[in-house]
Amino acid sequence: MKRFIQLYLELDSTNKTSRKETALISYFQDAPPRDAAWVVTYLIGKRPRTAITAKHVRMAAIEAASIPPWLFEESYEAVGDLAETVSLLLDDQDRTTSGTLSHWIEDRLITRTTADDQEKVTTLRGWWDELDQSGRFVLTKLITGGWRVGVSQRLITRALAQTFDLPVDIVAHRLMGRWQPDDGFYERLTASDTRDAEAGKPYPFFLASPLEEDLATLGDCRDWLVEWKWDGIRAQIIKRCDQVFIWSRGEELVSEQFPELVAAAGALPNGTVLDGEICAYSKESSPHPKVLPFNELQRRLGRKTVGKKLLGEVPVMLLAYDLLEHGGIDIRGTACSDRRNLLAVLVRNINQDDTISISAEVNGASWDEFSTLHQSSRERLVEGFVIKDRQSPYGVGRRRGSWWKFKVDPYTIDAVLLYAQRGHGRRASLYTDYTFGVWQDDQLITIAKAYSGLNDAEIREVDRFVRQNTIERFGPVRSVNPTLVMELSFEAIQRSSRHKSGIAVRFPRISRWRRDKKPPDADTIETIMALLPSPKR
Amino acid sequence: MLIQHTSRGLYCPAGDFYIDPWLPVPRAVITHAHGDHARFGCDSYLCAAPGVEPLSLRVEGIIQLIGYGEQISINGVRVSLHPAGHVLGSAQVRVEVKGEVWVVSGDYKREPDPTCAPFEVVSCHTFITESTFGLPVYRWPAGERVITQIYEWWSENAAAGRPSVLLSYVMGKSQRILAMLGEYDELPGPVYAHGALQQMNEAYRRAGIALMDAPNPVSVANNTDVFTTALVLAPPSAQSSSWLKRFKGCAVGRVSGWMRIRGRRRRLALDKGFVMSDHADWPALLTTISETGAERVIATHGNGSALTRFLVEQGVCAEAWTDKEWPEGEEQVQ
Repeated sequence: MKRFIQLYLELDSTNKTSRKETALISYFQDAPPRDAAWVVTYLIGKRPRTAITAKHVRMAAIEAASIPPWLFEESYEAVGDLAETVSLLLDDQDRTTSGTLSHWIEDRLITRTTADDQEKVTTLRGWWDELDQSGRFVLTKLITGGWRVGVSQRLITRALAQTFDLPVDIVAHRLMGRWQPDDGFYERLTASDTRDAEAGKPYPFFLASPLEEDLATLGDCRDWLVEWKWDGIRAQIIKRCDQVFIWSRGEELVSEQFPELVAAAGALPNGTVLDGEICAYSKESSPHPKVLPFNELQRRLGRKTVGKKLLGEVPVMLLAYDLLEHGGIDIRGTACSDRRNLLAVLVRNINQDDTISISAEVNGASWDEFSTLHQSSRERLVEGFVIKDRQSPYGVGRRRGSWWKFKVDPYTIDAVLLYAQRGHGRRASLYTDYTFGVWQDDQLITIAKAYSGLNDAEIREVDRFVRQNTIERFGPVRSVNPTLVMELSFEAIQRSSRHKSGIAVRFPRISRWRRDKKPPDADTIETIMALLPSPKR
Repeated sequence: MLIQHTSRGLYCPAGDFYIDPWLPVPRAVITHAHGDHARFGCDSYLCAAPGVEPLSLRVEGIIQLIGYGEQISINGVRVSLHPAGHVLGSAQVRVEVKGEVWVVSGDYKREPDPTCAPFEVVSCHTFITESTFGLPVYRWPAGERVITQIYEWWSENAAAGRPSVLLSYVMGKSQRILAMLGEYDELPGPVYAHGALQQMNEAYRRAGIALMDAPNPVSVANNTDVFTTALVLAPPSAQSSSWLKRFKGCAVGRVSGWMRIRGRRRRLALDKGFVMSDHADWPALLTTISETGAERVIATHGNGSALTRFLVEQGVCAEAWTDKEWPEGEEQVQ
């Protein structure tokens, strides 16, 4: 435990990734495997269930600090982190921490208990008594999660790879999927024999660059393959050695989240790697499946397990657009059009249903025709075009020239700041989370929340405005005099029964502060409703 | 009401004077020379004698001095100044009319500080207290311990060949650090100071405060190699300036009470935060309020509403004057 607290302090005391990596490497070099396995588990954000929860943390802190609950909440609001609030409220004391990290976790935190809330509070206070301020912080973080110490899964992966002299993608692969942080896990994670992980290795994704110019600048349109730019998740599906692996672009193995894709990809021949977009779709719109907007797909994301109900409600499909490996051979060097022909044959051969489909080519005789089609992107729920040089190989990363994305401009509206809430983590105590409204008759109704888009100086200015123009406080939220007008951008707009305005917008952000506008100049709900796509047959 | 809260600041109608006004007035009583308390443009200023050197760097006009504890009469109101322990020359203002006593604390701390006189408890009927750090999460570690942390951080950086840049307020905090480091027999390397600090250091020296042997101005270094083991003191504003570039690969730390909160430190992209403040922390606020024996407590600056709500629940008559946001304190970080 002591060594882990020290590691935490080292990670926290530098803002530089390279020094965080050094700290992790020096920890992994001499840490007991069982402890190290837990450190990996927690720092990549997997947290086992504990008998004592955030509720008990609050109760115990209020009791130990002898302060009223409201004062605890005010303190929490100023600090922006529960575990930190606790560590700051209790008397500091010098303590030498004993016991290994795995002892603290396995014999205390995750053991099952029949204790009631009050007994749990007493237990937790006893643990706190054994620790100094940073120890309490770290222990409480083991309960509440959210380290906010600038360590990503990538960084952990890199540090492990460095320490044990392994390729980064091998470690990344071994960290995927289901595992328990036991002795065997850490041994497998750091094993020098890498054959286990070869089968699931993806290729680096090739990325399209934004096309800022006119379509016509690309030359003859027959040299280019034009596809719709789907609003889903970019993914590679790998079938090797009778196993299926699905990787998202964030170098994350997401196979478990998409069981229907794993099943469908089982029919692919071994030695196949597809590149495409995972999208949610509706089965009702036969004969052709209709792709659903991203917010439907979102319901499927970030879950450990996907229930039957959800599988039925939001089925997903892969819209495949490239073939990277065929018959066990890396064909990325061949021409785009050749790869696509092979892909078409492959998809046709396996197809039982639409779960793995080919992303259709958009056909046009001239760039003018394509332009017209591009204007229908919104109704088709796509983000625009992806345009590929038919002769180009599949590259690595974002290299300009052969793959372009040609997006539609975002929607923009002018809205009025109505509510503000303090941020968390590095934005703790600043009012940075805003809710905006637009006019409905003579009332402002909320339309969207936006957290990003202002620079630091503007955030400070809005923060000051919020403090000086508060009408009412509801817990951490303040309502403010409707005065500030901001231009919001968003990618898509939908009807929604869950929102008061009847509208849900996708990826809203502040595009600029309209200091030149006053609240009466803000948009009305009617003008926004008019942006709703009319469904296209 | 002996003292009122007006749009220009705290006002004593009986004596017709203001305390730390934020707009120009004919007569100002100044608790200390920080920018948010001592504003330019008043006709006359009254301050505690030890504070004259720093104050005359900030304001012009007539400066009247009285010693700590010395009583004078302003339009029939008895006024005296008492040490607040905040920075050099900082004072609490005691105001008495017909036996009724009010004390305005100004900014204060209870911790020892080698650069200024220690806080003195002044009994009163009404105590107007600052509450910059009016939440129970603000509790300061002992100053000695923080100086040790700074020393260790500097040693570690020096050993690795990294300059240590330490950001702290120009007046008060920087001199406190210099004075405390001056007590070490040996230091990990040379000490340099940003140009903005030189003037204030000189003012402190003229006032007879023993600071460490003159820190070198950064500008005299003819070769940036000298910085690899150095501690460089600078104002917080230097963090975002190109001035910082000359300290290649430096570690940047900041000394402030706000560093108690990790999020604030992370937001400023600092490598290290040292928790040292010239303000009262939560326990010191409560102790002081109780020691003054005041029947009534008024909180200004900072989180006054939480402090007074807490006091009211403890049976103390308390209110917060927070209907207007107070000017941003010297300690305010972005």
